[in-house]
Amino acid sequence: MTFSLEVNGLAFAYPDGHQALFGVDLGVRRGERVALLGPNGAGKTTFVLHLNGILSGGAGTVRIGGLQVRPGDRDNLREIRRRVGIVFQDPDDQLFMPTVREDVAFGPANLGLRGPELEARVASALAAVGMQGVAERPPHHLSFGQRRRVAVATVLAMEPEILVLDEPTSNLDPASRRELAEVLDALPVTLLVVTHDLPYALELCERSVVLSDGSVVADGPTVDILADDDLLRRHRLELPYGFDPLSVPDRKTRYGGAQPANSFLGRCQ
Amino acid sequence: MAGGHAHLLYRHGDSVVHRLPAHVKLVSLLGFVLVVVATPAESYWAFGAYAALLAAVALVAGIPGDFVLRRMVVEIPFVVFAALMPFVSTGERIDVLGLSLSESGLASAWSLLAKGTLGVVASILLAATTDARDLLVGLQRLRLPARMVEIASFMVRYLDVVAGEMHRMRVARESRGFQTRHLGHLRAVAHGAGALFIRTYERGERVHLAMLSRGYAGSLPLSDAGPASAAAWTRALLLPGVAFAVALAGGVWA
Repeated sequence: MTFSLEVNGLAFAYPDGHQALFGVDLGVRRGERVALLGPNGAGKTTFVLHLNGILSGGAGTVRIGGLQVRPGDRDNLREIRRRVGIVFQDPDDQLFMPTVREDVAFGPANLGLRGPELEARVASALAAVGMQGVAERPPHHLSFGQRRRVAVATVLAMEPEILVLDEPTSNLDPASRRELAEVLDALPVTLLVVTHDLPYALELCERSVVLSDGSVVADGPTVDILADDDLLRRHRLELPYGFDPLSVPDRKTRYGGAQPANSFLGRCQ
Repeated sequence: MAGGHAHLLYRHGDSVVHRLPAHVKLVSLLGFVLVVVATPAESYWAFGAYAALLAAVALVAGIPGDFVLRRMVVEIPFVVFAALMPFVSTGERIDVLGLSLSESGLASAWSLLAKGTLGVVASILLAATTDARDLLVGLQRLRLPARMVEIASFMVRYLDVVAGEMHRMRVARESRGFQTRHLGHLRAVAHGAGALFIRTYERGERVHLAMLSRGYAGSLPLSDAGPASAAAWTRALLLPGVAFAVALAGGVWA
């Protein structure tokens, strides 16, 4: 099986001397869904910004679908940024074009797509997140949950090798949270969900990795990690009041180990 | 926060003027303003004719007079300046209602006021009949440097976001019992403005990161509506065309 993401010995210190990552190793296989868990300040966002070469300069290597990230090589970075789709925490940072359609078209247009091909990409990406009806609206007139789903569409339109979501549930109400989970659940892409929302990790990802103080301290099935009280406490992770991770079916049980129906790629190709 | 579908100056409608492509309207506005500015101030009647032309455009576009009047407050600083000119200018003096005024100052004030007002009203009509996004596409079509179109486009997009942030900061301030009663309180407001600047700056950086992450390489792909028809050009150029013809026929440059 091939790897969508391979990170080896990644270390990084900010120019002010603060070291955020201390030799992180992580491999994510194609089609796998991994939650990257960690308290605030664990280095999660720093890690994410290394995946597409926005941050670099420390030790270690990052490979996306076998291609190594080589900062400074423009063509390499262009391909890397196509392969890594990052959905940022605040959709207002991600949606900057005057209309939703133009925003979703931004990524593929940067890849050189034009005309009907571009339109088809936009349409299928919006359909994948159930937002076809808002294409002509300006992003600031959408609800927060809708904006988050459009933000997912903006990177889906680039047909990424791996979809990375930074705190996807922050500021979402329970209904929008569920709608987003349904959308993500139906996408047949490799998924890396960066979060401290543990039930969400359990719902979406069969595997979890705990990042704490800049290094990986645990890696295993989500349900095992969430059931390890000691581990969670040591790394400032907490389950919501009354939540028992063993009381709900995890992804594997729900789908019997198989992937959910492939709805997005079918429309894409 | 804007609740409607477009900016504050826009008035939704479906008139001939609304339907004209934005870049055509921009050229028409520019042409009209050039004719107005080139008209000597002493051709009083010509300015009346120009005003009548604008009134006709407003009528066709279905823009009510009070809508235009309320938006003309933007001109007030210029009006104040124009009102001062007869008092502070030098040269021959004449007596008006017991006040000694400078004759050249009066003439300049009239010129400033008449030309300024016509320009402002024409711009208000353009803004009232053109969606912000269409204006951006129009500017792009007119080959305005891409960087400037991008800056304008980001302003359109983030005006509401920043205004919302400002509003929340003010509510938070007032919720803790703060009221601007005297000048000393400006300190807190200034701190707020500073914080807002830093937040906006940081947001700018985050937006830039998000753009880079999606392969931004230096140009925003705004979709273009395509070239305008000859009929659209003819209709739009009617305004500066008639204005020019009136001025020429009246011999203002003779």
